[in-house]
Amino acid sequence: MDGRAEGTGQPELRVVGHAQRKVDAVAKVTGATRFADDLVLPRMLFCKLLRSPHPHARIAGIDTTKAAALDGVKAVITGEALPIPFGILPVSQDEHALAPCRVRFVGDPVAAVAALTEEIATEALDLIDVAYEVLPAIDDPADAIADSDPLIHDYGDRGNLHKLINLEFGDVDEAIAHADHVRDDVFFYAGSTHLAMEQHAALAEWSPSGKLTLWSSTQTPHYVHRALARVLELSPSRIRVIATPNGGGFGGKSDPFSHEIVVAKVAMLTGRPTKCTLTREEVFYCHRGRHPVLMAVRTGVSRDGRIKGMHFRTLLDGGGYGSYGVASAYYTGALQTVTYEVERYHFQGARAFTNKPPCGPKRGHGTPQPRFALEVQLDKLAHDLKLDPAEIRLRHLAPAGSVTANYLKIGSMGLGACINKVVAASDWKRRYGKLPLGHGIGIACSSYLSGAGLPIYWNHLPHSGVQLKCDRGGGVTVFCGSTEIGQGSDSILAYIVAEVLGVAVDDIAVVTADTDLTPVDLGSYSSRVTLMSGNAALQAAERARDIIARRTAAKLEVPVDRLVFADQRVFDADDPETGMSFAEAVQVAEARDGTIGTVGSYTPPRSPGRYRGAGVGPSPAYSYSAAVAEVEVDPETGIITVPKIWIGHDVGRSINPATVMGQVEGSVYMGLGEALMEEMVYRGNRNVVHKIPSLLEYKSPTTLEMCDVETYLIEDPDPNGPYGAKEVGQGPLLPVPPAVANAVYDAVGVRVDEVPITPEKVRRALKEKEKGREPRYGPASFPDIPWPEPTIVPPPREGGDGRAIAGRKEAKFMAPATADTVSTAHPERQH
Amino acid sequence: MNRTARITFELNGEATAVTFAPHKTLLEVLREDLGLTGTKHGCELGECGMCAVLLNGEPVLSCLVLGLACDGHRVETVEGMAGPELHPLQVTFADLGAAQCGYCTPGFLLTAEALLRRKPRPTRDEIKEALAGNLCRCTGYLKIYEAVELAAARMRGEDAEPAEETVYGR
Repeated sequence: MDGRAEGTGQPELRVVGHAQRKVDAVAKVTGATRFADDLVLPRMLFCKLLRSPHPHARIAGIDTTKAAALDGVKAVITGEALPIPFGILPVSQDEHALAPCRVRFVGDPVAAVAALTEEIATEALDLIDVAYEVLPAIDDPADAIADSDPLIHDYGDRGNLHKLINLEFGDVDEAIAHADHVRDDVFFYAGSTHLAMEQHAALAEWSPSGKLTLWSSTQTPHYVHRALARVLELSPSRIRVIATPNGGGFGGKSDPFSHEIVVAKVAMLTGRPTKCTLTREEVFYCHRGRHPVLMAVRTGVSRDGRIKGMHFRTLLDGGGYGSYGVASAYYTGALQTVTYEVERYHFQGARAFTNKPPCGPKRGHGTPQPRFALEVQLDKLAHDLKLDPAEIRLRHLAPAGSVTANYLKIGSMGLGACINKVVAASDWKRRYGKLPLGHGIGIACSSYLSGAGLPIYWNHLPHSGVQLKCDRGGGVTVFCGSTEIGQGSDSILAYIVAEVLGVAVDDIAVVTADTDLTPVDLGSYSSRVTLMSGNAALQAAERARDIIARRTAAKLEVPVDRLVFADQRVFDADDPETGMSFAEAVQVAEARDGTIGTVGSYTPPRSPGRYRGAGVGPSPAYSYSAAVAEVEVDPETGIITVPKIWIGHDVGRSINPATVMGQVEGSVYMGLGEALMEEMVYRGNRNVVHKIPSLLEYKSPTTLEMCDVETYLIEDPDPNGPYGAKEVGQGPLLPVPPAVANAVYDAVGVRVDEVPITPEKVRRALKEKEKGREPRYGPASFPDIPWPEPTIVPPPREGGDGRAIAGRKEAKFMAPATADTVSTAHPERQH
Repeated sequence: MNRTARITFELNGEATAVTFAPHKTLLEVLREDLGLTGTKHGCELGECGMCAVLLNGEPVLSCLVLGLACDGHRVETVEGMAGPELHPLQVTFADLGAAQCGYCTPGFLLTAEALLRRKPRPTRDEIKEALAGNLCRCTGYLKIYEAVELAAARMRGEDAEPAEETVYGR
């Protein structure tokens, strides 16, 4: 073996692209993985939080004397102990670890007890007297628009509207006025929750030397590190945050949480290790899940379905705190443009505060909701225009390498290949529109980020860092702040380093998610880890290889560019016998250069968007997915079963195809749950308590509901990804709910314009059909919202440079660009 | 009132004695009093299957079984599945990616083990039925079915390998 792939001159890939075990697989299947609640320290206290039973109230006073007097209780604290607010976004520092004077949702923590046992702590909670002055509660975002009394927060864009966004990319009204066909539709996407199987847990230890250590099931140890430093007024250098392997995250462990801060504070006050593990019911209330979103979409198209103009409005039910909500609101308008060309685009988004558990990021963060609306409307447009729904999509794909109307730079773009695969595999052309009543198939597509282009707090620092150490024995240790949540991020580091240095994956030790030991990685969110930490690992490994190669080449008297690192050896490509073991090569280099350690880091490329709000949506690379869903709908009961989903996913390149397959199938599963059954429901008339805060009553698919999945991996390598890799953890969820909705229409001829698509909704739509009315179930209208003046940004095809321009409607658009500038900025596609 | 209870039982093939507060569930006794944290909890209400262990060879939810009720009985947990080598189910769960975050994995492994002892050649529907009480949020269950089927074939002595499309797609 000469180390080169036959005929290409390129190094043969020995690790990347090969299906294999994850580096932590054996620990996972033997039960050896230590999750946060598995950790026990000597003299450890157990902590419980007292949570508000009211959705909205002022705290008049808290009497903790009886609780503190209970035998075995070591500490009782209230909001006074933790007066500094925090929040994941710098613009939304609106949370307190324990509410000091006001509670904003049922479940808002007000006090904490630490005791010798969990039982004593729980008993003590009942002894705390909280005097509440109950305030009127808002449980509907429509009410939040109108009512500024009660005001849930004293900040925000207007009254109880936390965030208002108005972005115009070209004159959409004019485009729609001249379109061949226009549709107006209103959609609703229900809120749902992550339902990670592991409940959140955190354990803190305080050393009298002045050092705090926190172990926590968090997806974002770096942000928890920052929040602890802020709230506890400690130097970050005196805080160590270790993210334990997460027993599932899906976005639900991405905020700094009350219990993390409280256990740290209690440990500091008592000098004893303190652990808090949330109950399943508490997890339902902490949540930060999918925002419920109401959407109005007005789209004007040409006769062949080209989108001339799209006006997209969203209203998000944010719940009681900011969380990631500002980003979530922007995301409901960001990615509409990256799948099919949208010539002009107008996005208006509003996030309302309500007295419900706060919403935040769940798998797909803010994009599954608008994707559902867009893809169902496109299905309706295809029907109106008598075009095949697969064909209308294929005809107008956003070109690879182009810049969208809202200034997102597309890299590789394999959506066409995804569509072709699922259309062929599902026998679409023969079956679509031709199946008997009750049987249907539907198609939908999507795209997602491979990491957000900008960090959560403004800085110019790398998003991911890796340190790498080569041992004399041939082992390599990789240090990275990235956090393993089950998606395989630890393994990605090992695969990439093994590929570059030619060692076995098992020769590599991976140390991750420890703020004392590992360089910063921003966290496991926005599908950023494979691309960003992968690129950082690639850089660190290449630097180590260069150091070792230089010294080894001299020793072997071989030109350095002829050296191959493979099979735990370093050798001459032209004469593989001339070489040495990797361990010997490390020693040769170490003897000359000293300890072999390198670093790598990654910062995403700058986005072309320069307007306010351009920070949400840019990504180094976009993944693409297409899905065909097959459904059976019983017209008598409305019950939907989904026997099969075909999905094609453009992952750029699979670093480990087995884990890519797992992410695709897991995403389809979660999308199916949102399509058919998952919903966070609150009792508006019963104090806004959660109706179903249990794993039994919150319906999620079991083995009996899960469909068959046929997966096609499309590899269209992206220049920004390590070995061309793009994301796979979130994108494949997105096409599933609209594909199911479109299939239901194909099966029984009714539109359910909201998820979950329950039997009751199908039955109601069928009744409408029987009565000769519009065969549809869904929201009727979108409320009037006092939008701010629009930020006007001419799209690239109209000569824009990514900046907002001044001026009102009359003067806002620049002169049409010349044909030359159009073709340069936006290469025409060949049809 | 008696504040402690003591039982002797067979745990992963070894005679074991343990003393604990009498209200404790088997889940709590395993995790807190015996330090066997491989058994997980997801609800402690019998709804999710995380804490499944084998009691006299049958899968039970250890959050619904009192520790006291195990006196004289036989309990198997994930810690007892592997010796120096992994159990065939552990091999296939690891190789196919049937364990992602790994939190539900011990419950699935033991439930599947009980199925395969009873039925060495289960159909896909029988596997789904047997595992219907175990929730998994990561995998969509498909890799779990495939891992159970592959392990079953190997445990029957067949020279089975995973299908190419299982790990590489189509």
